[in-house]
Amino acid sequence: MDILKIENVTKRYTGHTALDDVSLAVPEGSIYGLLGPNGAGKSTLIRVVNRITLPDAGRVLFRGKPITDEDIYNIGYLPEERGLYKKMKVGEQAIFFARLKGLSRREAVARLKQWFIRFEIQDWWNRPVEDLSKGMAQKVQFITTVLHQPKLLIFDEPFSGFDPINANILKQEIMRLRDEGATVIFSTHNMSSVEEICDHITLINKSHNILSGSTDEVRRRFGENLFEVVYGGEKATLVAELSSLAEVLDESEVADTPYHSLRIRLNDDSTVRECIARANSAVELRSFREVIPSMNDIFIRAVEGKL
Amino acid sequence: MSKIGIIVAREFNERVRKKSFIITTILMPVLMLGMMAAPTLMMLFAKGEQKQLVVLDESGVIAPQLTGDEEILFTPMDCALESARADESIFGVLWIGADIVENPNNVKLYTNSSSSMSLESNISSQMERVIEQERLKRYEIENLEQIIKDVEANVTLTTYRNDMQSEGEDEEATSSSVAYLLGLVLGMMLYMFLLIYGSMVMTSVIEEKGSRVLDVLVSSVKPFDLMMGKILGVASVAVTQIAIWAVLVCGLSAAVLPSLMPEDVMQTIEAVEAGTMTSAEAGIDADMLSAVSLATDPMRLVMMFVWLLLFLVGGFLFYSAMFAAVGSAVDSVQDANQLQTPITVPIILALILAMSVFNDPSSPLAFWGSVIPFTSPVVMMARIPFGIPTWEIILSLVLLYISVAAMAWVAGKIYRVGVFMHGKKPSFKELMSWIRQ
Repeated sequence: MDILKIENVTKRYTGHTALDDVSLAVPEGSIYGLLGPNGAGKSTLIRVVNRITLPDAGRVLFRGKPITDEDIYNIGYLPEERGLYKKMKVGEQAIFFARLKGLSRREAVARLKQWFIRFEIQDWWNRPVEDLSKGMAQKVQFITTVLHQPKLLIFDEPFSGFDPINANILKQEIMRLRDEGATVIFSTHNMSSVEEICDHITLINKSHNILSGSTDEVRRRFGENLFEVVYGGEKATLVAELSSLAEVLDESEVADTPYHSLRIRLNDDSTVRECIARANSAVELRSFREVIPSMNDIFIRAVEGKL
Repeated sequence: MSKIGIIVAREFNERVRKKSFIITTILMPVLMLGMMAAPTLMMLFAKGEQKQLVVLDESGVIAPQLTGDEEILFTPMDCALESARADESIFGVLWIGADIVENPNNVKLYTNSSSSMSLESNISSQMERVIEQERLKRYEIENLEQIIKDVEANVTLTTYRNDMQSEGEDEEATSSSVAYLLGLVLGMMLYMFLLIYGSMVMTSVIEEKGSRVLDVLVSSVKPFDLMMGKILGVASVAVTQIAIWAVLVCGLSAAVLPSLMPEDVMQTIEAVEAGTMTSAEAGIDADMLSAVSLATDPMRLVMMFVWLLLFLVGGFLFYSAMFAAVGSAVDSVQDANQLQTPITVPIILALILAMSVFNDPSSPLAFWGSVIPFTSPVVMMARIPFGIPTWEIILSLVLLYISVAAMAWVAGKIYRVGVFMHGKKPSFKELMSWIRQ
């Protein structure tokens, strides 16, 4: 079941169209990545979902019904531009935000203590926010977003401002939240994070949804039957043996070894098994593996229109 | 607790815990007392050393009758003018001609340093008195001194209001000068509170918008609730401050003042208040009497503070809604200046109107100024001490609170668009279009 459905949403500002007929569906219990270059319309889409801006056309469905203000106040939203009251103490501030989300003070304190220990910031409870580094403030902000255990979480660029170690902690937490039953939507242009944790992605470019699907499916679709063969022996023999099965693309030396590497694209009617058998008979085969394009490659190719 | 309640509580705690709040709350009454005591203190410090003035009186009539004080010491001498003028150790020489009674201009003051207005008027008034007496003597009227004493009169005006009498109560003496002073203080206080606390709302909205806390807040609270929470939070701070001041002032005046006043004065005042004596009989100033009786009457003070609170809260809600709308529309305090003008102008106009009210508290200008919501809080507070019909106060309050609701609605419209606008500073036209959205 889809927890969130966006149907033909269009949003125009004077001078430009931020979203043009965008549709997508977020399955419940998934981690959903909204990808796209800067200015593609990701944040606008998130703001439309949150009813901060209303769409000019189209609609947003939450659990099959048009989304209401009450739904919004029950989802966890981490805006792209984040802010905390600088003079307020960290703990007090976290309690304030938690109570706005409907938690009692006692409940808020109990949950916050756990999160603060998990993120190892318990010493900061009584310090004013202005003493915090940017990364620490981000952690506090993240905690206040998820504290009321919403069913749907929307993070706008959650990894910006984090070092790799803390970004990793955040990824772990996002996956843990998913495993505990939440649905997570986040926007990013950090592709490596997408490969690791996203179940589904949508790629937005120039106000259009240009690519949607599960991560595996998308990568396979862009796979193009590319393989890399590492071998020892005569190149000519190998090429001759494979010529009827595949197209030979390029070759290279494998550094510090006597082996060579060859990239081939399999013809549509040939099989991997046959290919390996032929290669094995011709040369000393060291490895034979499929070359799957990285999300980064797909992203760049999709954006540049080479679909 | 509702979401507005949580926001109000945060605003309140945040502000009340600030050192600046605690300091101003305690210092303000001290400062006001200090300002009241300032003229006395200034007079005390302005007094210099006693000056010695040598008097050369060729007529022999004036010098014996001149009386000195802390400021000046008259020393009659009998020597040549030149030698007296040569003495630099004295303040100066007053030379009086032999025909001074016939020719009052024949008098000269030589000083070694600058003299003062008060000194000169002191000398001339003393001389005038002596010369007048000398001239009167020449008519050779019997019992002259007795006649003069009988003729002397000193008028003390006591005003009674016909429209302020209630059954079974004695006539109450009113005093315009006490009402004037009280009206001035109350009007000024309202004016300052509206401006200071109003712009506090504006700056804090701008800060929230700038630090992007608003972006986080709007995901859990409706923009209108957010705005109302902030306004009510700041209002509760203002009310707290006024309440603390009220307790301090009432407590001080009810407990401390009677014991500070000389006992016979207090007894007289009590007698006058009880109706057994009129102020004219008591021989004390009516202004003084009404000031003391007001200051030592907690009920009247409490009533005054109740009106003050009602108008303060109403006026504050009305103006701070506008301040919040302007704050939401801009990115920095500098940008706010231009949009702020239509808010500050009516407040200043209200103060000017309040000043004109003192001349005639029941003029049509005063009435309309104290009923129209833009100026009513300040002008009405300036009028109340003069004693005006209660229905006018109620009418003014009703209109004010209706306008508060309307203004909050308009401001809410601007606010919910404004908080998400970053970059360009909007024009009035754009603000108007936001309201219509």
